[in-house]
Amino acid sequence: MSPAEEQQIRQSSRNGWLLSAPALVILTLAAMGPLLVVILYSFLTPGQYGNVVWDFSWDGWISILFTRDIFDGTLGLADAHLTIFWRSIKLSLQTTLLTFAVGFPTAWFIATRPPKARALWLFLITIPFWTNLLIRTFAINEVLRSEGLMNTLLMKIGLIAAPIQVMYTDTAVLIGMAYVYLPLMVLPLFAAIDRFDLRLLEAGYDLYASRWQVLRHVILPIVKPGIVAGSILVFVPSLGAYVTPRVLGGGKNMMIGNFIELQFLQGRNWPLGAALSILLLIVVMIALLIYTRAAGKGANPHG
Amino acid sequence: MAERRFDIARLPGFATIAIAAFVVLYVPIFTLVAFSFNGGNSIAVWSGFSLRWYTDAWANEAVKAATIRSLVIASSAAILATTVATMAAIGTTRRRAFKGQTLIYVAINQPLMVPEIVTAVALMIVFGIVKQATGYQGLGYLILAHAAFCVPFAYLPIRARLEGMDLSLETAAADLYATPWQCFRHVTLPLLGPGIIAGAMLAFVISLDDVVITEFVKSGGQDTLPTYMLGQMRRAITPEVNAISTLLLMLTVVLLTAFFLLTRKKA
Repeated sequence: MSPAEEQQIRQSSRNGWLLSAPALVILTLAAMGPLLVVILYSFLTPGQYGNVVWDFSWDGWISILFTRDIFDGTLGLADAHLTIFWRSIKLSLQTTLLTFAVGFPTAWFIATRPPKARALWLFLITIPFWTNLLIRTFAINEVLRSEGLMNTLLMKIGLIAAPIQVMYTDTAVLIGMAYVYLPLMVLPLFAAIDRFDLRLLEAGYDLYASRWQVLRHVILPIVKPGIVAGSILVFVPSLGAYVTPRVLGGGKNMMIGNFIELQFLQGRNWPLGAALSILLLIVVMIALLIYTRAAGKGANPHG
Repeated sequence: MAERRFDIARLPGFATIAIAAFVVLYVPIFTLVAFSFNGGNSIAVWSGFSLRWYTDAWANEAVKAATIRSLVIASSAAILATTVATMAAIGTTRRRAFKGQTLIYVAINQPLMVPEIVTAVALMIVFGIVKQATGYQGLGYLILAHAAFCVPFAYLPIRARLEGMDLSLETAAADLYATPWQCFRHVTLPLLGPGIIAGAMLAFVISLDDVVITEFVKSGGQDTLPTYMLGQMRRAITPEVNAISTLLLMLTVVLLTAFFLLTRKKA
């Protein structure tokens, strides 16, 4: 490499950093920096009225899984916490499955429309996607409530005699999350299916494959990166959901996001809240890591 | 031709599920909008058409203040985020890969990866300390927080636009003795325009919609429209919330339609 070229590379690198610097400053101040403070707080001692006392302690992390007996100080499993974790994971997985079951046919339908109609259908998926999450949660809340649209309709057609109590159950949270996150599943699936070469279907059918076989052996393997992308895009916000379980689940059906809030606002155990936040972050990071590896595999045929 | 492709691509039951999905997506939203015109106090029992909830919301000082606050925060955050995102996009695309480029890329996209509730409590802790130390309680915290999580939304369309751009135009400008600044001002920036507008619009919508981070960062009396609505949901809900939702919804649809028309024309 000539000195001139080296000089050019160095300058290019310096310009890259300089141009990115303002963005990095904002992100450090209001995104990454504060996360480090949360890690620090998870190792401190809770103050009497919230906040922390600056004494090192593992208690924040220990109390994720265990509670200390008030009388003899022995540690026991914190069942209430485990229930909340399990509910969070279960509901997030169920949401992912439900959105995939509905989202895949929807994405396929959109991608196989004629070009002009396709833009319109895609626009119809995009509008809810950009619509305020709170408004959509509120909208589904109105449908699900006892005197809401769903119960009124079901009673009118005589399927049920009395309103079903869906609100403030796990089912309500599941329906709500599937409702608000469906576009997140459809959009990456659509992107994958849109790139799909339809001539492969022709080839499949020419070789006497049934529709099911074509779906199973041609379509699904090829659009797999889209499936993984959509699943992660739904799973990650579901796991950290706060608004939807708060509105639809009520106080009893907390998910981990609400549990974290509780530690900071009412529970007054900031170190536990901080430790829970970091734990949630780690789980999400693992999910995203799986996502990048799977996406990488999709790009490399030998992977 | 189109007919034949359509036939091959048909999978049994898919169209039915898809149509059902669209119905399920839209029925709640339409119900919400419909009941904003309800004459009664209920969000479930229809008692005649009326605009009273809109006039009520309009007369409500808290709603007015929250609306203005939302718009101030969203536009400030969008401008700030789009400016730094444009610079970062130019800094990280179309040049020889350099050391730390991936790091910058990860840092910029970091807000997309961290659950909102985690960022929210992190900011609550840190801004709480700063608030106490400086005594400043203003909107600056919210604007900074919003700008941070808007950066990736502004960055991605700008970067996409940059990557799709023809490098030879800039080379041509440079060959014609344009200075780097002239080249940027008269060639790169106009070509980048639609990407920048798209990024700014996304940032604006994302900021306008935020509930969780705002809820944790705001000082007393700093409700934005979404946090005001969340507060209302704790009490008995009246169609006033429907009316506010409908207005926000319309704003989003108008912005999105403008965005699509804009990008289509210039593309």
